[in-house]
Amino acid sequence: MTNMKTGYVIAAAVAIALTGGAAQAAKTDIVIGLQLEPPHLDPTGAAAGAIDQVVYSNVFEGLTRFASDGSIIPGLAKSWEISDDGLSYIFHLNEGVTFHDGSAMDAEDVKFSLDRARAEDSTNAQKALFADIASVEAMDLATVKVTLSKQNGSFLFNMAWGDAVIVAPESIADIKTKPIGTGPFVLSNWVQGDRIELAKNPDYWGSAISLDKATFKFISDPTAAFAAVMAEDVNAFMAFPAPENLPQFDADPRFKVLVGSTEGETILAINNKLPPFDNVKIREAVAHAIDRQAIIDGAMFGYGTPIGTHFAPHNPAYIDLTALSAYDPEKSKALLAEAGFADGFTTTLKLPPPSYARRGGEIIASQLKAVGITVEISNLEWAQWLEQVFRGKDFGLSIVSHTEPMDIGIYGREDYYFQYGKPEFQALMAELNATTDPAERTSILQAAQTMISEDYVNAYLFQLANTGVANAKIEGLWANAPTQAVDLTGVSWTD
Amino acid sequence: MAVSDPSLSEPGLLRQVLRSRSLIIGVVLSALFIGAALVSYVWTPFDAETMNIPNKLKPPNLVHWFGTDHFGRDIFSMIMVGARTSIAVALIAVGIGMLLGVPLGLASAARRGSWLDELIMRGNDLVFAFPALLIAIMITAVFGPSAVNAIIAIGIFNIPVFARLTRGSALSLWTRDYVLSARVAGKGALRISVEHILPNITNLLIVQGTIQFSLGILAEAGLSYVGLGAQPPIPSWGRMLADSQTLITLAPHMALFPGFAILLTVLGLNLMGDGLRDLLDPRLRNARR
Amino acid sequence: MLRYTLKRLLSLSVSLLVASIIIFLAIEVVPGDPASYMLGINAQPDTIAALREELGLNVSAVERYVNWVSGMLTGNFGTSYTYRTPVVDMIGDRMWISLPLALYALLLSTLIAFPAGILAASKRGSVADTLVMGITQLGVAIPNFWFAMLMVLVFAINLRWFSAGGFPGWDGGFWLAVKALTLPAVSLALPQASILARVMRSALLDTLGEDFVRSARAKGLNRRQALWRHALRNAMIPVLTIIGLQFSFLLAGAIIIENVFFLPGLGRLVFQSISQRDLIVVESVVMLLVFAVVIVNFSVDIAYALVDPRLRRRS
Repeated sequence: MTNMKTGYVIAAAVAIALTGGAAQAAKTDIVIGLQLEPPHLDPTGAAAGAIDQVVYSNVFEGLTRFASDGSIIPGLAKSWEISDDGLSYIFHLNEGVTFHDGSAMDAEDVKFSLDRARAEDSTNAQKALFADIASVEAMDLATVKVTLSKQNGSFLFNMAWGDAVIVAPESIADIKTKPIGTGPFVLSNWVQGDRIELAKNPDYWGSAISLDKATFKFISDPTAAFAAVMAEDVNAFMAFPAPENLPQFDADPRFKVLVGSTEGETILAINNKLPPFDNVKIREAVAHAIDRQAIIDGAMFGYGTPIGTHFAPHNPAYIDLTALSAYDPEKSKALLAEAGFADGFTTTLKLPPPSYARRGGEIIASQLKAVGITVEISNLEWAQWLEQVFRGKDFGLSIVSHTEPMDIGIYGREDYYFQYGKPEFQALMAELNATTDPAERTSILQAAQTMISEDYVNAYLFQLANTGVANAKIEGLWANAPTQAVDLTGVSWTD
Repeated sequence: MAVSDPSLSEPGLLRQVLRSRSLIIGVVLSALFIGAALVSYVWTPFDAETMNIPNKLKPPNLVHWFGTDHFGRDIFSMIMVGARTSIAVALIAVGIGMLLGVPLGLASAARRGSWLDELIMRGNDLVFAFPALLIAIMITAVFGPSAVNAIIAIGIFNIPVFARLTRGSALSLWTRDYVLSARVAGKGALRISVEHILPNITNLLIVQGTIQFSLGILAEAGLSYVGLGAQPPIPSWGRMLADSQTLITLAPHMALFPGFAILLTVLGLNLMGDGLRDLLDPRLRNARR
Repeated sequence: MLRYTLKRLLSLSVSLLVASIIIFLAIEVVPGDPASYMLGINAQPDTIAALREELGLNVSAVERYVNWVSGMLTGNFGTSYTYRTPVVDMIGDRMWISLPLALYALLLSTLIAFPAGILAASKRGSVADTLVMGITQLGVAIPNFWFAMLMVLVFAINLRWFSAGGFPGWDGGFWLAVKALTLPAVSLALPQASILARVMRSALLDTLGEDFVRSARAKGLNRRQALWRHALRNAMIPVLTIIGLQFSFLLAGAIIIENVFFLPGLGRLVFQSISQRDLIVVESVVMLLVFAVVIVNFSVDIAYALVDPRLRRRS
C-alpha cells in the first residue's frame, strides 16, 4: 500500500511537471480519436484499415507513398528509373535510414519485404498488388531492381499501399505487437481496448516533425465519440462516425471540421446472377427508384458526392454518369412492368454495420417500396456479411462502400460477390494494364466507367466524404483520405 | 376449483383495489400503453414508416405531437407502433417462461429429492449462471438479429424464474392437509399437481408474470438498443433510443419520448405487480394486519 | 455438513463441465471465419488458408475442445486470433476495469440502499417511506443505458465535470481512475440500489413481525431499538444474497454501460470478440463469468447451510 501511494505521488508530480512545462511552448502532444482499434499492428498481415490509420507513414514506410491529394511521391526510395519496356524498375533508396531497433534499412530489407509479401504462404491481404513481380534483387546496399512479368501501369501506386511497407527481417516474429519500422514515430505503449501511444523517433531520417507524442484513442460508439470531442478528451477525431454532429462542431469556435474526399464508392450492390436481377431492366428499375440526394441528406446529413459509376469523382479520369440513373419512380415502375414485374417483387437487403449502410438501407427500403419492390432488411455484423454476402453470394441487395483506391478492376472478376465479370469488361482491364500512356489510360478508364453504368451492374449512390473534426489550433491533418491513414508527420499546434 | 384461494371471493375486494393507489396508477399506465399498441393497428396520426427527409428533426409541434426523427418520421406514431413490438416480445417471452418453467417446477416439487429434481434445479442454476446479454448476442451471431431471437433470448431466462417459484411454493403445498388427503385417496402426482397445486399458485404466477413482463420490456429495449431486436423498418423503442444518441444535443425530443415510454410502461407494470401481490397474497395481507 | 459440501462440490464440477460443452458447441455453430474477417474483401483464398493454418483452425473440433479445456485447467487460455496475445493477459487487463467498476457500483448501491431501506422500514407509512418507495420504483423502471446517456449529456457535455468516457488506467493516478468510473458506476448502481433498498425494507418489516422481535418489544424495547438490535441482523441474510447475485450480474452485465462510456472492460471484450469471430476469447471469458457465478452460488449455498438452524441443531 505504501508503495502504491508513493507511486501515485510520483505520477502526480510528473504530471504537474509535464503540464507546467507544456504551458510555455506550443503543445507537442496530441490525442486523436479513431473509431476502430487495430487488431494488431502489422499492416502487411491483415486488411483492417485501422492498422494503416495508426501506422501508415507514422511507424512504417514504403518505397513510395501517398500524398494527401492522392498523388504518389517518393518514400524510402528517393528516386526510380523505369525501363522502356516498362518491365523493370530500379529504386534508389534514401541513405542513412535506420529501423527503430537501430539496424540500417538497406536493399536487402526491401527484397525481404517484397518477397515475404508475395511468397506462397504469405498472409498479405492484398497479395494481388505483388502478383506481377517476377523477381527482386538488391544491386547494392542502396539500389533495388524489381522485374515485372508483365507491364503494370499502377506498380508505383501499388508500392505506396500500407500492405507494401518495408519491414525488418529480424522483427517479423513479434511484428504484430512490436512493430519495428523506419517512420518518425515508435510504438511506446498499447493499452488494448483503449489507446495506442506513439513517441517521436529521435533518429528519424526524414524532415523534422513537431510532435513528441501522439495518442490514438479508440472510441467505437458514435455517441461516445461525440461526447469525447465535446468534452475535449480528444484533440481530433478522424473519420468521425456521425456526420449529423459536424454542423454543431463547425459552429463551435473551439473546433474545425475537415471535409475531404475518400476512395469510398458507396454502392447498392446487386446480385447480378440472382433472378430477377439477372435482367438488366430490373437493375435499371432499381437505379431509377433511388433518390441519391435523399440518401445523402438523410443518411449522411449532406456529406457525400453523388456518383453514377464506380469511380472517385476527384480523379481526373472520372466522368459524371449520374444522369443515366436519375431519380424517376415512374420510369422505374414502367421498367418493372416491361420486365413482367408490374406488381413488384420481394428481395433481401443485407446491411453491414457502418451507419451509411444501416441508415441508407432504411431509406432505400422505403424508396423501393414506393415502386413496389419489397425488401427485407437484415442487419449483419462484418463477419456475417463476409460469410453470407461476400463469400456466399446469398443476397439480393446490399450496401457497402468500396474504400480501396482505383478498384474498378473488381468488375472484371466473375466470382466477385455482385457477379458481373463481363468478358468485354475483362478485355478493357487487360488493355488498361498493358497501357502506360496517361491519355490512353484515361480513355480506357472512361470506357470502363460507362460500361458498368450502362449495364446498371450496381446502383451507384455516393462517394463517401472524409469527415473529421479537430481542435481549431491543430494544423496539418489530412482532409482527404487517399488511403486510410492519419499521417502525423506534418501535424503541429499553432500555439 | 374446489380448493381455490378463498381471498378472491372475500367481500370488500373492490374496496381494497380502490384503496391501493399503486395498483390504480399501475393499471392506468399499463392500460395506456397496451391501449396505444392496440389502437396503432387501426389508427396512428401518421404512417410510422413513411419518411419525409426534408421534414427531419422537427421539435414537438401541433402536427407532430412528439416531433419527427432523423428521417422525418412521426415519433408519436412510432411510439404507438413500438409499444406493439415491446409488448409482443415481452409477453411471448413470459409465455415461454411460464409454459416451460411451471411444469418443470411442478415436476421438481412432486419428485422432491429425486434425480429429476436435482437435474432440474442444477439446470436452473446453470441457466442463471450464463450472462444473459451475452447469450442474446451469441444467439444473434448464429441466427441473425430479429424479434423472434430476442423473444427466445429473453424467454430462456424466464424459464428458471418460473421453475424456481413454482417449485418453492408447490413444496409447501405438498405438506398441506388437503393434498395429503388427496394422496391417501390414491391420486397420482400428476393429478395432484394439476388439480390441487396449480390452482393455488396461480395468484403467485400472475404476480410474478407481471414483474417478468416489465423486466421483459426493459430487456427488449436493451437488446434492440444494441441492435439485436426487431429489425427496421418496424419501430422499436430501444432502436429509437439508439438512433437518437448522436442527435441528443440537436434533437433531445428523439431521446426523451421513447425513454419515457419505456420508463412509464415498466413503472406501470411494476406498480400493478406490487398492487396485485398485496391484494392476492393472503400471507402478506395477514402479516400486515 | 461435510457430506453436503462434497455433494455440492460434485454437482458444481458437473455444472462447469456441462457449461463448457454448451459454450463450446454454441461457438462452433456460430457462422463466420476469423481468418476471412481479418483479411478482408480483397484477400485471395490461398491467403486465407495460410492464415487458418497459422491460427491453428485446421484442427478437428474435438481436439480443439480438449486443448481448450485442458489449457484452462493449467491456466493457459490460448492465444487470441485477432490480437495475437495470450487470452489470459487480455482478461487480466480488462479485469482491472470490470472488477473495480462492479465493486464501485456495489459500494454505491449499498451506501444508498441501506440507509434508504432502514429509514423506510423504521418509519413505515411516513412521507419518507412513500418517497423512498416512489423513487425506488422509478429506479427499477428506468432503462440504465438511457439514464447513462442523460448523465453524459448533463455531466460530461454540458457541465464538463466528468469526462465522457474512456479509462486513463490505474497508473494514471488513483483518483483520475475513480473519476472515470464514477458515471458508469452511478448508472449501474441506480437500479441495483433501488432493488436492494426494497429488499432491505421488506426484510426488515418481515423480521420485525417475527416472534423473537415481538418478544423483545414486549420486554420493553421500542420499535427503533428492536430494529437496530435484532431485526437488522436477521434481515442481512436475504440482503447479502441479493448483493451476491448483484455482484456477479455487475461483472458481466455491464456490457451496455461499458459501450456507452467506451470502457475497455470484460463485457465489451466479449462483444467485440464475437463480432471479430475471435472465438477463443469469447469462449474463455464466458466460461470465466459462468465460473464466477457458479462459485458465488456455491458459497451462498454453503453459507446458508451453515446458518440454517436445522443443520445447526443437528451438529
